[in-house]
Amino acid sequence: MSQKDLLHVVTADDISERQKLFGRAIVWGSAMIAVAVAAAQTAQQMDVASFGFQTWRPTLFAYILWAACLCWSQVLIRGEHGKRTLFVLPAALFVVSLTVFPLLFGLIIAFSSWNLASPLGRQFNGLDNVRQMWSDPFYWNALRNMVWYSLAIIVEYALAFGLALLLNAEIRARKFFRIAFLLPLMLSPVAVSWMIGKSMLEIRFGPIARFARWLGWDNPSFFSSPEVARFTIMLLDAWTFIPFMMIMILAGLQAIPKELNEAARVDGANPWKGFWEITFPLMLPVSITAILIRIIFKLKLADIVINLTSGGPGGATDTVTSFIFREYRDRSNVGYGTLLAMVYLVIIIIVMTILMKLADRFARPRT
Amino acid sequence: MSEAIFRDVPADRSSNARLFAGKALIYGLLIGWAIVCLFPIYWTATTSFKIAPNVMQGKLIPWVDYTPAWLGWRSLGLSPDTIGAESTVRDEFMKRFFNSAITAIASSSIAVVLGSLAAYGLSRFSYKFGFMRNSDISFFFLSQLILPPVVLALPFLVLYKQLALLDTRIGLILLYTLTVLPIVIWIMRDQFESIPTELEEAALVDGLSIWGAFFAIILPIALPGMIAAFILSLVLTWNEYFFAALLTSTHANTLPVMVASQTGSQGINWWAMAALSFAAILPLIVIGVVLERYLIKGMTAGAVK
Repeated sequence: MSQKDLLHVVTADDISERQKLFGRAIVWGSAMIAVAVAAAQTAQQMDVASFGFQTWRPTLFAYILWAACLCWSQVLIRGEHGKRTLFVLPAALFVVSLTVFPLLFGLIIAFSSWNLASPLGRQFNGLDNVRQMWSDPFYWNALRNMVWYSLAIIVEYALAFGLALLLNAEIRARKFFRIAFLLPLMLSPVAVSWMIGKSMLEIRFGPIARFARWLGWDNPSFFSSPEVARFTIMLLDAWTFIPFMMIMILAGLQAIPKELNEAARVDGANPWKGFWEITFPLMLPVSITAILIRIIFKLKLADIVINLTSGGPGGATDTVTSFIFREYRDRSNVGYGTLLAMVYLVIIIIVMTILMKLADRFARPRT
Repeated sequence: MSEAIFRDVPADRSSNARLFAGKALIYGLLIGWAIVCLFPIYWTATTSFKIAPNVMQGKLIPWVDYTPAWLGWRSLGLSPDTIGAESTVRDEFMKRFFNSAITAIASSSIAVVLGSLAAYGLSRFSYKFGFMRNSDISFFFLSQLILPPVVLALPFLVLYKQLALLDTRIGLILLYTLTVLPIVIWIMRDQFESIPTELEEAALVDGLSIWGAFFAIILPIALPGMIAAFILSLVLTWNEYFFAALLTSTHANTLPVMVASQTGSQGINWWAMAALSFAAILPLIVIGVVLERYLIKGMTAGAVK
């Protein structure tokens, strides 16, 4: 984003001192109220005093009041500049309060043993969770599975590219095919896991099992051996998400000027060579964006696994998310699960940063 | 066109045959993949009209292979003969359906409003929040996309418990808004950057305020982008399962949770499950067919420069 695109407005505000003072007063006033309410609730929590609070909602309301006052005061204190800030401020406040606070809070939970059902409440247990994680084979197994699942993206990408090329060819009923190819993306993974995973892959009379038997696979079973189960999950996930990559690549293909391919043909390149020398290099930036976004979505993969195999057989299909979900469901201990999630987040941030740096270098147009 | 001006030499005709073979291959592949995409939907739709023996024998085509029955839809209370009568199952289903609809529509709307404002600000003005400048703020918003839901899930579970927001729609709406907000900002920033700033400059000269110019001039132009962002958010939030499974239990359950909870207990009631699944995916199929244009616009935003 270059600076010259920005809108420059010069405005002469004259804001009276009283107005500024009022603006500051409401921010600090509401902040004081919020702090006071939070302090009162903390006091009650620690049995110092009783104010008759049932939940922490008063603190939430006080916080919302403060946020509203902060937005209002921007206009009061800074006039036109404040009005511009008002475009971004609500979203920023929303995201900060819904991610940064829970993340900080999560850091506290991560280093404690906290069974939500037990009356003991939260107990700080230092590095116990880390030690438990270190010797938890299932967590490392889930992480390893994520690598496998992510590698499947290469195949998905190739398929999506092929489909996009097909849709970009001169065909009739393009709209019908586009909609048909897009539909799997619209379906909820839970419904997909029933529709395909439980129903069509049913061993005795699911249509796919029948088809497999007709092809000569005597005893089709899609979830009993670890490798096959993992492959099935990959297929289901690919089925839902290939349209996404396909649409992005198709958009990229349609942005390539037709003259380029024509010029290549005139120069005597066959279609195969034309693809590798012209289309593919031109598609690199779009491809990399599509793959990166796909990786991000892949790392969240859980719904299908939770509903179809719940990680089995023997953790072969576990994703990190589904593992933590089960970990919580089985033991209702939020401490350990949160630590696992935090570690996962750190790994994701490191890997994604490296990937983005690599992609940046790779996608830069070669001169 | 009776008399060809140019004569085809035999070499051209052979390439004609090759062209035809190429076309046939392309259409074959297209139809093949269309079947892969559509067959599961077809299977679910037809299974909801089957009775037990039809399922066991793997019948495929209604009226030819088997006589359709309302069995599956009756179990949901949605068949013609039960639709007028009282039905607890239908009430349950409608409750879940409306929970899904309300959370999806509300969170998408909030996300589009907040996200459009933020994206507009970021594409037009230069900000400085502490050390953060425009590109940092954009990155901050978009980086939320990387955050896996599982990291937020357990802290939110505990926080919501304290705030009595567990099992409420508001709790889900807040979280869903958070998850789709980066996507909305991504789409809308692309949209606003394609609108020339001269438009607002003219409007400002004519005496409109910044917000006035935004609402009167820019919003109508950016509307297709907003619809695209809204539809994409709607799809993602309607289908969301993980948070809903963790944070709701009886009151605010959404449809995916209902579908998931049935798979264990009634795995054998194929027709009922098929009817439920089909009812859960039908709204999105309709959206996909009718509003495909916007969906594609949303997904390709920012991909092609």
